[in-house]
Amino acid sequence: MASALAFVAALALACMPAVVSGAWEVNLDPGVTEISRAIFDLHMTIFWICVAIACLVFGVMLWAAYFHRKSRGAVAKHFHENTFLEILWTLIPIGILVLMAVPATATLIKIYDPRDAELDVLVTGYQWRWRYQYLDQELDYFSNMSTPMEQVTNQAAKGENYLLEVDRPLVLPVGKKIRFLLTSNDVIHSWWVPAIAVKQDAIPGFVNEAWTVIDKPGIYRGQCAELCGQNHAFMPIVLDVREEEEFAAWLSEAQAEAAAAGQESTREWTMDELMARGEEVYNTNCAACHQVTGAGVPPVFPALVGSPVVTGDIAAHEAIVLQGKAGTAMQSFASQLSAADLAAVITYERNAWGNNTGDLIQPSAIAEKLSNATGGE
Amino acid sequence: MSAVGTEVDTHDDHHHGPARGIGRWLFTTNHKDIGTLYLFFSLIMFLIGGSMALLIRAELFQPGLQLIEPGFFNQMTTLHGLIMVFGAVMPAFVGLANWMIPIMIGAPDMALPRMNNWSFWILPFAFAMLLSSLFMEGGAPNFGWTFYAPLSTTYAPPSVTYFVFGVHMMGISSIMGAINIIATITNMRAPGMTWMKLPLFVWTWLITAFLLLAVMPVLAGVVTMVLTDVHFGTSFFNAAGGGDPVLFQHVFWFFGHPEVYIMILPAFGIVSHIIPTFARKPLFGYASMVYATASIAVLSFTVWAHHMFTVGIPLAGELFFMYATMAIAVPTGVKVFNWMATMWRGSITFETPMLFALAFVVLFTIGGLSGLMLAIAPSDFQYHDTYFVVAHFHYVLVPGAVFGIMAGVYFWLPKWTGHVLDERAGRRHFWLSFIGVNLTFFPMHFIGLAGMPRRIPDYALQFADFNMVASIGAFLFGFSQLLFVWNVISNIRKGRQATDQVWEGAQGLEWELSSPPPYHSFSEPPKVN
Repeated sequence: MASALAFVAALALACMPAVVSGAWEVNLDPGVTEISRAIFDLHMTIFWICVAIACLVFGVMLWAAYFHRKSRGAVAKHFHENTFLEILWTLIPIGILVLMAVPATATLIKIYDPRDAELDVLVTGYQWRWRYQYLDQELDYFSNMSTPMEQVTNQAAKGENYLLEVDRPLVLPVGKKIRFLLTSNDVIHSWWVPAIAVKQDAIPGFVNEAWTVIDKPGIYRGQCAELCGQNHAFMPIVLDVREEEEFAAWLSEAQAEAAAAGQESTREWTMDELMARGEEVYNTNCAACHQVTGAGVPPVFPALVGSPVVTGDIAAHEAIVLQGKAGTAMQSFASQLSAADLAAVITYERNAWGNNTGDLIQPSAIAEKLSNATGGE
Repeated sequence: MSAVGTEVDTHDDHHHGPARGIGRWLFTTNHKDIGTLYLFFSLIMFLIGGSMALLIRAELFQPGLQLIEPGFFNQMTTLHGLIMVFGAVMPAFVGLANWMIPIMIGAPDMALPRMNNWSFWILPFAFAMLLSSLFMEGGAPNFGWTFYAPLSTTYAPPSVTYFVFGVHMMGISSIMGAINIIATITNMRAPGMTWMKLPLFVWTWLITAFLLLAVMPVLAGVVTMVLTDVHFGTSFFNAAGGGDPVLFQHVFWFFGHPEVYIMILPAFGIVSHIIPTFARKPLFGYASMVYATASIAVLSFTVWAHHMFTVGIPLAGELFFMYATMAIAVPTGVKVFNWMATMWRGSITFETPMLFALAFVVLFTIGGLSGLMLAIAPSDFQYHDTYFVVAHFHYVLVPGAVFGIMAGVYFWLPKWTGHVLDERAGRRHFWLSFIGVNLTFFPMHFIGLAGMPRRIPDYALQFADFNMVASIGAFLFGFSQLLFVWNVISNIRKGRQATDQVWEGAQGLEWELSSPPPYHSFSEPPKVN
């Protein structure tokens, strides 16, 4: 047996150099909020109680296994009950459980107090990205994983924050009470950032609540925690927590950028511009299902190459991108992408991978459709 | 186990032996044959489900995608769970029940022998249907064995329909098995075998059978709701149509939590036979064992939402489910303390069944304690859906349920085949499994606490080291099971003749029969005093 263990240990050691980072992390992170520290302390308290119980039980078993062995000449006694002992080992665990329940209840009550928030952020889960809407600041954007697929498929060296990096992090101010409202556009996701000890499910059709007050500026990373389909591993969460003034500066800058992006749809775009933007938009938003090659994963995710929708009537193609297809994973992108992005991606799909329809859709045309749709409500 | 009782009762010509050829297995109504069928079926499923686990662990050996696509990875996690729960663990316990309950209570056979045949023969078809979905367009079910809506409804691959019918068939099989066991135990005990004299394996199975009867119809209900949401335009779980995705989770876990105990209570029973046998001392606290098992079963209906602490349950709900879950630790503790006291001042030897039983107690206790940690709702916000949970339930199910089953098989195999166990081979299997299982699942506690979500085919770099250790452990554990197959088959084929009692300290009716027992045993009820 010793040789088997040694073999496994040797094999494990031999593989070590292949591993990029050597962090043998074994415990929760105490985190950067009052709640996360309270949860950490609770976790450690319960953990040590469990360790004590385990030592006691295993200690008695080991003692018996060693001293009450037949090979040591032990002769079996014949007792088989002891009412006092049996009542005792029912009552003592009850006492221990009550001791555990007290701090657990206190912490839980503290967590369930979302009152008096100073900033509200609506977090919406999509397959497979997050959308952040600052409700009173009129700011709204998507956050996609930015790790290149070449790293995932081992064609490029993996970066330091492999799978835990995004194009646009959720920027938050330090020291303010922030309330998260969570929902989903499709399946159930779960928004989890360990450093702030917030894990809350995002459920389609329902709105959940969670809150935090973050003590320390910094970058905090998390992931979707609920199985949400094939790219469940690829929808990270990144918080960029800043001092209040820096946050305010970032906010006004982001608002200005958003306003400028709104102007994009008024000008005339060339085919090359649309194709370049379209490829970018497609790879971020569509490739997860329809694949970078447009081949899809039939029958759940249809191919776009040579597809009758993509190569046929342009109005039908627009409709499916804008409104989605009921009863399938195809979402409505009308509220997810700007008019310029929508025009670019439709143009790209109609002209990439040998779909040479030559069609070109101007952002202004899409913008008109979008405003008609909202005007009609 | 094909050698069972063929030559043993030739002196008694009105007891005919088994039929010859394949017909024996297809048409048998004999509890021993059906028990054997269940056990072999379960072994095959264990190897198939285990191969899927190895594929998962191979992909997770290093960060990045090397072997399989994320979509196929999800199919593997889903099928691995379904096969291990419904194909390996549950049928193994039913097989053990079929073999042992009649000869433990002095009954000639199960109460409903034809139904017994039927409830087994449904299973191969159910799993053939489930596994055939691997070859369908769109692939096998990929929404996890917990099949949360709407991932399993609006967003499911077409094979979801096969999954639903497969689960229905498994459910029918389990319900019939449970009815049979209840009918046998209540009606067919030998004279003098009063309730409080029932062997503990029989008691734990009786309680398990009632759990099955109570919750399998709930599972059937929830898969039917999935089916109608997919095909008939209902909106049970679709918010856009007035339904509620969280309703799915409530119904599923109302089945799912008692299901956890269905997979562990019979193992408690097995261990409660093995420890007294090898400690040569009566079981400590028989009555409290029975009451503890019954309390666990009753409490198991009141804790389901501890699987759902992060779905947005009101404070009062969180507190209720937290307290109820913690309460289960009390009767579970009583059982562990009783096993401990049974060993105390015994005269202990460490044959293979005892090694598995002791590993069961120790490792199940670790799983129980991590369960207690998970019960604490505020900390569960950090543990939920991470590898900490994966570590927890694998500790309860692998060195728990699976070691319990293996302990039982090694314990009773000489009785079934009439051949003494090869101790060296048994111990080799034990130690490799013990090291493998801990190497696989212990590091998962660490990567879970460090923040790795479950059900992902690729992970961030800080989780790489422990994942590699877990994968190495998984391969060690997986391939060690070939030794188990070898040990069982070689014991069936040959070995020294075992005595009736087999083990020095064994007590009970089953040890008074010959080894192997006659094809039809206890045609005349024995006297129990």
